[in-house]
Amino acid sequence: MHIVVCLKQVPDSAQIRVHPVTNTIMRQGVPTIINPYDLFALEEALRLRDRLGGEVTVLTMGPPMAEDSLRKALTFGADRAVLLTDRFFAGSDTLATSFALASALTKIGEEFGVPEIVFTGKQTIDGDTAQVGPGIAKRLGLNQLTYVSKIAGIDPDAGTIKVERRAEGGVQVLSTRLPVLITMLEGVNEIRRGTLEDAYRASQAKIVTWNAAGAGITDMAMCGLRGSPTIVKKVFAPTARAEAAHRISTTDLTYDAMAAAVMGEIFKRQPVLEDDLMRFAAGR
Amino acid sequence: MTEAPKQAAPQSSRAGTKKELPEHFRAYKHVWVAVECEHGAVHPVSYELLGEGRKLADKRGAELAGVVMGSDAASIAEAVAACFEYGADIVYTVTDPVLTHYRNEAYTKALTDIVNKYQPEILLLGATTLGRDLAGSVATTLRTGLIADCTELAIDEEGSLAATRPTFGGSLLCTIMTLNFRPQMATVRPRVFSLPERTPGRSGRVVEHALGLAEEDVVTKILQFIADRDSNKAQLAYADIVVAGGLGLRSMENFQLVKALAEVLGAEYGGSRPLVQKGWIPAERQIGQTGKTIRPKLYIAAGISGAIQHRVGVEGADLIVAINTDPNAQIFQFAHLGIVADAVEILPALTRAFQKHLSMNRLAG
Repeated sequence: MHIVVCLKQVPDSAQIRVHPVTNTIMRQGVPTIINPYDLFALEEALRLRDRLGGEVTVLTMGPPMAEDSLRKALTFGADRAVLLTDRFFAGSDTLATSFALASALTKIGEEFGVPEIVFTGKQTIDGDTAQVGPGIAKRLGLNQLTYVSKIAGIDPDAGTIKVERRAEGGVQVLSTRLPVLITMLEGVNEIRRGTLEDAYRASQAKIVTWNAAGAGITDMAMCGLRGSPTIVKKVFAPTARAEAAHRISTTDLTYDAMAAAVMGEIFKRQPVLEDDLMRFAAGR
Repeated sequence: MTEAPKQAAPQSSRAGTKKELPEHFRAYKHVWVAVECEHGAVHPVSYELLGEGRKLADKRGAELAGVVMGSDAASIAEAVAACFEYGADIVYTVTDPVLTHYRNEAYTKALTDIVNKYQPEILLLGATTLGRDLAGSVATTLRTGLIADCTELAIDEEGSLAATRPTFGGSLLCTIMTLNFRPQMATVRPRVFSLPERTPGRSGRVVEHALGLAEEDVVTKILQFIADRDSNKAQLAYADIVVAGGLGLRSMENFQLVKALAEVLGAEYGGSRPLVQKGWIPAERQIGQTGKTIRPKLYIAAGISGAIQHRVGVEGADLIVAINTDPNAQIFQFAHLGIVADAVEILPALTRAFQKHLSMNRLAG
């Protein structure tokens, strides 16, 4: 069984800071990590491979330095890594990204065997769109299974899979035919510590690197900014509320006195709330 | 399965930085909301979107339509009536047993086909698990732009949809547009917009659409649906009072102080994103852009710095009270009421104050 996991290298958002004066992003020195949501997809893929045999290929699109994330994925136990990198991809929105990744997946199919399952994380922590997975599924005609919490059964010979997925108001148990695209829900597994052999193999591994042409893309108008229907008009920091927050004085006050002042100010501004709370307390 | 995507006009350079809407898209008019009506009940986010869609339609001099897909005729009729009362002029319906449970394949076909047939200019969906799954597929099928998790929707001077959302992990905001493709698609999380006024008896036009898909043609089968017993998740988004904690609490044990105050106020509790990342609270208790958006009457934020991704999730609150030791914390830029003090000390004092006040008045009343 061949499984491909799509990963994204993202800046560690916990460490991004906005310059207080210029309101620009201070990216210097912000470390990059594998998008944390993608690790749940990778672990699930590795577990399936360990159970059923086969190979796990990891794929990413990004600048040449995205190779770091691929090598990291190899240390966890992935068998092969493919980097899709080309300046033509710069500025891709989700539609252009899904085009490029779908093209690379087709090429991977030709070179290394058609994948039965393509995994992604449920979304990335930098874009938070959750759109690329469904985009890939639609472009390749894969059956789409988003927010999967459990792979309940898989029969590669019959070409069927049964999963549980998070839906509105409950969990859907559903069955469908392979090939599928699965976006994995967070918190459903924990990424393994790779073995020493994996670490060694990762350090020696040759990363398969393709540019657009290498991935079989002939129509550059589908890529990058040109292939992106959305454009970013402006990026900005929000302004402060016109009226500054009313500060409760803390000078020479005990915490209980401060709390009383806060409560008094809340009820002064929201008298209805006091009535609501009285009714709530009376009904207890 | 669906019609071939329409091609944009050939462009010599970068696509879409200037508005040059291709001829075949000029017929696209009106503002649509895909209404979620699974399991017989309409998700409130659909009504919130109708309220916002009404404003966009009025600004464009266009009509507002709802698209209701499902299997049960009675609940669809109910949803249709509600759509009109919340501001829709037209409701497109697709009624078919195949649509009983949400399945990507069937819902994508239904929505894509109606879009291609009736050509809306703007298509809005709730950023729920259903809406996100569906929107990504529909936008890719139509080869149009899709802007996720918007916090503000407006019409610019050229008449295009200007959609604003947080970016860079929630540290800045950006405005994104789809200039040369139609429909312009966007998703919005529940509670980002308020529920509009309902006008009882308001009515409009119903257009029925046939799905044209047999159960045998749908590869994916629903074997079982296990409904959530615990509806906590919905309660947080729709609570009247919310108390939340951030890293200023300093330890997981101190999160109890947030729960204790919430208990006295009959409130829901939650926390900022770092608390989820640290494992202090479960993900469904996260408040902010990537967690729950809330619009309570009272929001008490204890030890939360107020990054943009948090701000956009709470800005709809009527009264925001911030407790933070840092007088320059960003939260004081959008709170109504602030106190520069240690949340770990103020929270128990507030719990005592409310407890005393509420019990005294109970005796008096």
